[in-house]
Amino acid sequence: MRKNQSLALQLALGIAPIIISLVITAIIILVVGADPAEVVERVWSGAFRDLTSTARVVNFWLPLTLASIGLTITFTAGLWNIGVEGQIMVGALFATFASREFASLPTAVVIPIEIIFAVVGGMLWALLVGVLKTRLGIHEIFGGVALNALADVGTIFLVSNAWAPATGATAQASERFAPSTLFPALSGDFPVNWVVAIVTVIAAIVVIFSLRGTRWGLHLKATGKNPRSALLLGVPTERTALSAFAACGALAGIAGAHRVLFTFGDLRPLASGGIGFLGLLVVLLVSIRVLWVPLATFVFAAIITGSTRLRISLQLDQSLAGVLQGTLVLVVILFQGVRQRLEQRVTQGDGDEPQQSFSPISAEMTE
Amino acid sequence: MNRRIVVVFSILLLLVISGIPALAQDEFVFGVVLVGPQNDRGWSQAHFEGGKFVEENLENSRMLVFESLNPADAPETTLMDVVTEMVDEGAQLIFTTSDAFEEDTDPVAEAFPDVTFINVSGDNALTGEAPPNVGNVMGQMEWGKEIAGCAAGLATQTGHIGYLGPLINAETRRLASSAFLGARYCWENFRDGDPADLQFDVTWIGFWFNIPGVTLDPTEETNTFFDNGADVVISGIDTTEAIVVAGQRASEGEDIFAVPYDFTGACDEAPEICLGVPFFNWGPAYLDIAQRVIDGTWEQAWEWVGPDWDDLNNLSTTGIGFIFGDGLDEEQSTQLGEFIDLLSEVANSPDTPNTFNAPDAPEGLDIVAPNAFALWEGPLAKQDGTPLAEEGELVPVLDVWYLDQLLEGMNGVSN
Repeated sequence: MRKNQSLALQLALGIAPIIISLVITAIIILVVGADPAEVVERVWSGAFRDLTSTARVVNFWLPLTLASIGLTITFTAGLWNIGVEGQIMVGALFATFASREFASLPTAVVIPIEIIFAVVGGMLWALLVGVLKTRLGIHEIFGGVALNALADVGTIFLVSNAWAPATGATAQASERFAPSTLFPALSGDFPVNWVVAIVTVIAAIVVIFSLRGTRWGLHLKATGKNPRSALLLGVPTERTALSAFAACGALAGIAGAHRVLFTFGDLRPLASGGIGFLGLLVVLLVSIRVLWVPLATFVFAAIITGSTRLRISLQLDQSLAGVLQGTLVLVVILFQGVRQRLEQRVTQGDGDEPQQSFSPISAEMTE
Repeated sequence: MNRRIVVVFSILLLLVISGIPALAQDEFVFGVVLVGPQNDRGWSQAHFEGGKFVEENLENSRMLVFESLNPADAPETTLMDVVTEMVDEGAQLIFTTSDAFEEDTDPVAEAFPDVTFINVSGDNALTGEAPPNVGNVMGQMEWGKEIAGCAAGLATQTGHIGYLGPLINAETRRLASSAFLGARYCWENFRDGDPADLQFDVTWIGFWFNIPGVTLDPTEETNTFFDNGADVVISGIDTTEAIVVAGQRASEGEDIFAVPYDFTGACDEAPEICLGVPFFNWGPAYLDIAQRVIDGTWEQAWEWVGPDWDDLNNLSTTGIGFIFGDGLDEEQSTQLGEFIDLLSEVANSPDTPNTFNAPDAPEGLDIVAPNAFALWEGPLAKQDGTPLAEEGELVPVLDVWYLDQLLEGMNGVSN
């Protein structure tokens, strides 16, 4: 009886935030003088009206999912890998290097090389954050922010010097990559980066499996929940943390390669475009439940990509899609808090409530 | 009455009514892709206003705008995506209004050969790299910057002028250098100053506008100029930080001025310390291009459009202009007017030789370009001492366009 009640409550708490944020957004849309139904229609058609637009959603979904899946690993280990943005960029830089150096090789050879370079680049940049944390005691947020900035500055430098276009440096983009070194599209009608799509699916399966059923996954969780006790119980916490950074950086690196070798066709400053930060948001939104990540990233990719059409055909302000996203995140997180409280009441009665500090994994712990 | 007839009639009527807009839909749709926000009170807003001008002056025309297309603000989309959507909405002409779009415009234009593309500030039509449906347009801002520089040269008390530059390329080098030439001329000729006493510093922030953590902070750089003794800052970036900072500091009693950039309304941020603003007025050029596209007479063109010398600020005719600011006193205003007359004379005199020479330009390309720029006259040397023009010789305008260094006498990096 009680169980049923709480299930219904759970369901309500899951759906309510979505409805509430839609209502809030609808009100905002009405206030700015547009028709919410029309807005929804445009976003939908912007994302899914034909194969090409759907491919666009997928091509934004890929790097977002790679980064987000990587972030579930670091979050599980209790790490705020805000440096993911820089890891995407360094992956892009390494992939660019490979594309330029090995342009003479056939496509089937050069693409795996580029991916390996991207993986190594992202991993190195992430390990740097990890080493700064474990050896020098610099918190990963500060280390990450600094390394993000460094990656951006490095990109601008390379784009305007060694890798500048032959026609003259503009600091906007590098020389375009040789076509044979670009990731191939599945087809002209459905131009999806199938190489990275396969990599993403494999990565998702491997990570889901590893977190659930391997010793490494167990170590990550133990390190995340209580590193001190984990260490006492024989978990190599430092190595585990570093491995979490490395894995996340590797996935982020591939995301970076996709951005430059598929989306843009050249290296440009800020090619990562905040995808890493969006990934942080997504992972928090689903309380680090990795199974939900691909779905959540898909919804985000669809809304964001679809809003391009919204902006052009309704001439609405560009921030509207951001408002919807922001509201959604806020309300969902708010409801997570509410749910936690209610669950504590239900399981522990009204008596002594344990102090539970907010941490990204607290939601998962209560499940 | 027969019910069926009524039904059939109603349906017919409905069809006719719904058909009317379709018939009337002989409208001309054009797209404007902006690199920054449409209300940045700078570069992007000037293009947005240019599009508005077309809408107002061309019946049945409709503008589609996409603002802030750059990897930081719109990571999910690319020029190709935006153009695809615009063409879907019926766009026949698309302005890509930044040098950030120069590289991307060509492949996109190849994908849409029936749509006309105009890349603003680029040269791919001139060099022959662009497909035939891509043209370029740019304003002769060199005049505007010379006037801006002159205003600064007239107003400075410390003899120290700061130039807040965006990123470094040929365009930004030639515009900073034009401002320098204007400042030096007016300092020397109206103020009887020694050119050696005029300090002209250039700082490049790294991009067209502030990107926190990536570019230098233009607010901070403007403050640095003033802290180091400059009393006029000329802005070369897309946004308004220079005049905002100057306004704040002036309100605390400092005797300083600013010259903003790009947009007619830029002085409004702090009118009392604004010496004036050189602005782009894209409307007439855009309207002209749109009309040609509608008439089917548009041919690939590289257009470097100039001011209307009869009235720099006639927004229906001029390509660039200069609005005098409230920061100029009466004498300075008169002197600046004289300076403009002098520029006008060089621009319009039949004695001015045509220095435009583009041997490699594609055959049959429509070209609009000035004959020569005033003040770009020898003796002039580049920053490393390489001579640019001998005594009495004019610098060919394409050498100005492709300027590869700042000029001798300016402080700041060239590359």
